[in-house]
Order: sequence, then C-alpha cells, then structure tokens
Amino acid sequence: MAGILKTEAGKGLALSAPASLYVGLLVAAPLGILVAYSFWTQTYVEIDKTLTWANYAEAATDPLVRHLMLRSIAIAGAVTAATVALAYPIAYFIAFRTHKKTLWLLLITIPFWSSYLLRVFSWKLILGFNGVMNSALLSMGIVTEPLTFLLYNEFAVVLTLAHAWAPFAILPIYVSLQKIDRSLLEAATDLGCSKLERFFRVTLPLTIPGIIAASLIIFIPTVGDYVTPSLVGGSQGKMVANLIQVQFGPANNWPLGATLSLVAMASVGFVAILFVILATALGRRIR
Amino acid sequence: MSRPFRFPWLLAYAISYLIFLYLPVLLLPLFSFNDGTIVAFPMKGFTLKWYALLGAQDTLLQAMVNSLIVGAVTAVVATSLGLFAARAYVRYRFKGRDISEGLVMLPLVIPGIIVASSMLVLFISLGLKPSLTTVILGHVFVALPFAVSIMKSAFDDFDQSLEEAAFDLGESVIGTFRRVTLPIVAPGIVASLLVTFTVSFDEFVLAFFLSGNQPTLPVYIWSQIRFPAKLPNTLALGSLLLLASVLLLLTAEYFRRRSSKSA
Repeated sequence: MAGILKTEAGKGLALSAPASLYVGLLVAAPLGILVAYSFWTQTYVEIDKTLTWANYAEAATDPLVRHLMLRSIAIAGAVTAATVALAYPIAYFIAFRTHKKTLWLLLITIPFWSSYLLRVFSWKLILGFNGVMNSALLSMGIVTEPLTFLLYNEFAVVLTLAHAWAPFAILPIYVSLQKIDRSLLEAATDLGCSKLERFFRVTLPLTIPGIIAASLIIFIPTVGDYVTPSLVGGSQGKMVANLIQVQFGPANNWPLGATLSLVAMASVGFVAILFVILATALGRRIR
Repeated sequence: MSRPFRFPWLLAYAISYLIFLYLPVLLLPLFSFNDGTIVAFPMKGFTLKWYALLGAQDTLLQAMVNSLIVGAVTAVVATSLGLFAARAYVRYRFKGRDISEGLVMLPLVIPGIIVASSMLVLFISLGLKPSLTTVILGHVFVALPFAVSIMKSAFDDFDQSLEEAAFDLGESVIGTFRRVTLPIVAPGIVASLLVTFTVSFDEFVLAFFLSGNQPTLPVYIWSQIRFPAKLPNTLALGSLLLLASVLLLLTAEYFRRRSSKSA
C-alpha cells in the first residue's frame, strides 16, 4: 500500500479519490434507488416491492405527464434559444468592441451572485397584475388598464429563466469569440467578404462550440426547474418538476415520482444529444 | 481622420441589457424602504421599519442560524475535498484522471429537482431523517464543482520547484504542505470557502426537499412568499441576503485574483 502511494499515479488517485467517490456515490446510489422505486408501487402508506412496469405504463399513457414533459422541453428550448440569441451580441460587444473587458464581465456576473429564489420572486413582483411594470405603465399613461399577459404563463417563465441563465450563455460564447484568430477575419475582408458575410461565414461558425456549450448548460437544468414555474408560471406555466414535487410531497407516491424523474432525465439526455449532433452538422454546413 | 458618426448600436444594446439584468436585483432593496405593503408605483415614503421588524422573529433567526451552520460546514468539507482533488488533477498524471475530473463537475448539469428527489429517497432508505445533516450532504455535492475549479486555478500557477526545494532542505511531506504549499494557495482556499458558503447559503431546492422541520433561510423565505401581508418583511430580509451574497462573492473574487497573480 505504502509503495503504491509513492508513485505519481498512486498519489493522484489517493488525493482525488475522496471527491470523486463522494460525487460518484451520491450520483450512483440515489440513481440506483430511484430505479428500484420506479419498478415498485405505492399502496396507501406501504410500498409494494413486487417488480412491475405499472409506473412506466402510467407515465407513458397519462396525458398530463406527456403534456407537462413536452411543455418542459418546449419551454427549456425557448429559454435556451432566447438566452443565447440575447447573449450573443453582448459577448460580441465585450470580445470585439470594448477595451474594458474585465469590467464588463464583472458587471454582467454581479447580479447572479444573489439568491436565485429572490431573483425569481422579484420577477413575480415586476410582472404582477398590481405589480411594478403595470403600475409604472399606468402612471405614465402608456396603458389605461393593467396588462394581464405578463404573469402566470409561459412567457413569464421564459423571460425569468432567460434572465436567470444570462451569464451562462454570455461567458462560453465570449470565450469562443475571444479565441478566434483575428487574422482570419482580416483574411476574409481582404478576400472580399462584406461585414455580414464575414460574420456568417467566419465568426459564427467558429463560435459554434461556444453556442453548443451555452445551450447545454442552460437547457439541461432548465427542463427540471422548480422555482420559476412555481412562482411565475401559474397553471399555464407548470412544468415537469412541479409534478415530480407533488409525487414526493402532497401525493406521496414516491414510485411514480421516481419514474417521472428518470423519464425526465432520459428525455433531457435524448434531446441534448440530438441537439449536439444537429448543431455540429449545421456548423460544418455553413462553413 | 474624422469618420462619419455612427450610432453605437452594440453599446446601446449592451447598456439596455445591463438594465434588464439589474432590474430585478435592485427592485427588492428599493421597495424594502417603501412605506407601504404593496409593491407598485408610486412609492409611498421612506421607512426602515421593515428592517426593524426582522430582529423580533424567532423562526427567522432560527432559520438564519441553520443556514449559517449548513453554509459553514459545507464550505469546509467541499473546500477540503476540492483542495485535494484539484492538487491531484494539476500535479499528477494518473489513469482515470479525466473521468474523475468530469465526475466532480457532474453536479453542475443535473437538474436540481432530480438531485433533490433522488437524495431524499436515498437518505430515507438509509434511515437518515431529513435534517440539517442531509442538507449538508446535498450542499457539499452541489458546491464541490465550484471548490474544485477555484482550487485548480490556484494550483495552476503554483511553482513546483518551491516544494522540491523544501524537500531538499529537509522538510517532511506534511511540513512542506503546511509551510510552503498552504500559504501560497491560501487566497484560493479563502475564495473557495466564500464561494461554496454562498452557494449553500442561497440554495433552495435541495434544502426544500432535505431539511425536514429545520428550515434554512431560503426555505423560510419560500414559506413567507405566499403571504402578501408579510411581503415588506420578506423584501427587507431578501435585500439583506442580496447584500450579503454580493459582498461575500466580491471578497472571494478579490482573493481569487490575488491567488492567480501571486505566482
């Protein structure tokens, strides 16, 4: 044992083992138990441990489950697209148009050093019927009665999440823009590209890896977001996490909750892989 | 060399984007001084009474204590694990290094609700009742990627020959670590402690599932959000939390920069 610890490999393994074991165990063990639960059934207060596909059958046939799952993926997709599209010009601005890069990066990250729960709560106050936005618009005379489409729908969820994930889109895209060899851009201009052509044929394709990274970082956690749909989603904006929470909380049907968690995870993985394949192919195409 | 004036579209966009980013964050403090229970314009008048009311609430103070305990333990455990792991990743080449590095970053990309629900099932199955201990176990999990990446950048700029010199001059392994390595990466450690503390202090979903009847501050706030009458109080509390998070993380940023400049 002491001999192993003297080698490079042994020292490396020994030092990194506690962290990787901790994460490994806390990923594998809960997942294993979740899988086990998903084949069991809830009979009132008892768990019936006969193995059955019943939960999966319910998840596959219940229209509510399918509806919420599809809506979660659609909302997460919209959030990802909106966040990336809004963030790209900012990343571009910081990478190419300003010398105060550090200052801008700091300014962009500071708001996200505050509690996520409180930021979402703040959006609820802004968008509400008697909220900040409506009262401001009313007192300025821009509208004559409060706007009702602001809160408790998919729009509110997308807006709030696009705000919450902004730096996670800006930073990876900024890094990929920053990495571009400036002589490539000069070459494109010398060879007669217009500014727009240069952007679409050189700059954009070179930042595809940054866009993919940003999209995955945003899409995956967003599908399972709980706080935002609960606070600003209303009944129209509920997502799959709300359904999962109900199974583990009020409905007390852990086997179904476990099944839903696994189904959600599998769908997220599937969509994410599909997205990476498509985006990479598209990146090759426009080049 | 005078060029025709062009309206700086990108700069204008960047500034309006900043306003969008800061709007919800500055709104809470603004209305926490408002002398009225409704969050809307026009504002009523300036008051500090909502802040004064905070001190008298026992459940709030208990939740605060819970959060401080959870945050402190999480910070120490996650930073220690991160310190050793980052040291291994930067210093040694070994089989499975990439897998291990990828694994510790995994908590960043698993949706919170899945981490929370699966841990709840695990802990209950193991006979661990939801409590501050289970919250800490969960928070170390989500804070670890932050600790590892901060410590990695601290070790990246660390000159190995300093350690070799200490060995050659007769220091033991532990002596070298304590008297050479540790002081040099200390700013990184402070940064990691502050960041992981804040991650834990602000975390809601895991705490919501795993805290049982020992709510942390975000769980307490969640329970208050539903009552409109308590809104100004929640705003005052939220503003204090925002201030604390931003101050802690600015301090962390200061130390993080010092750690990567010192080498």
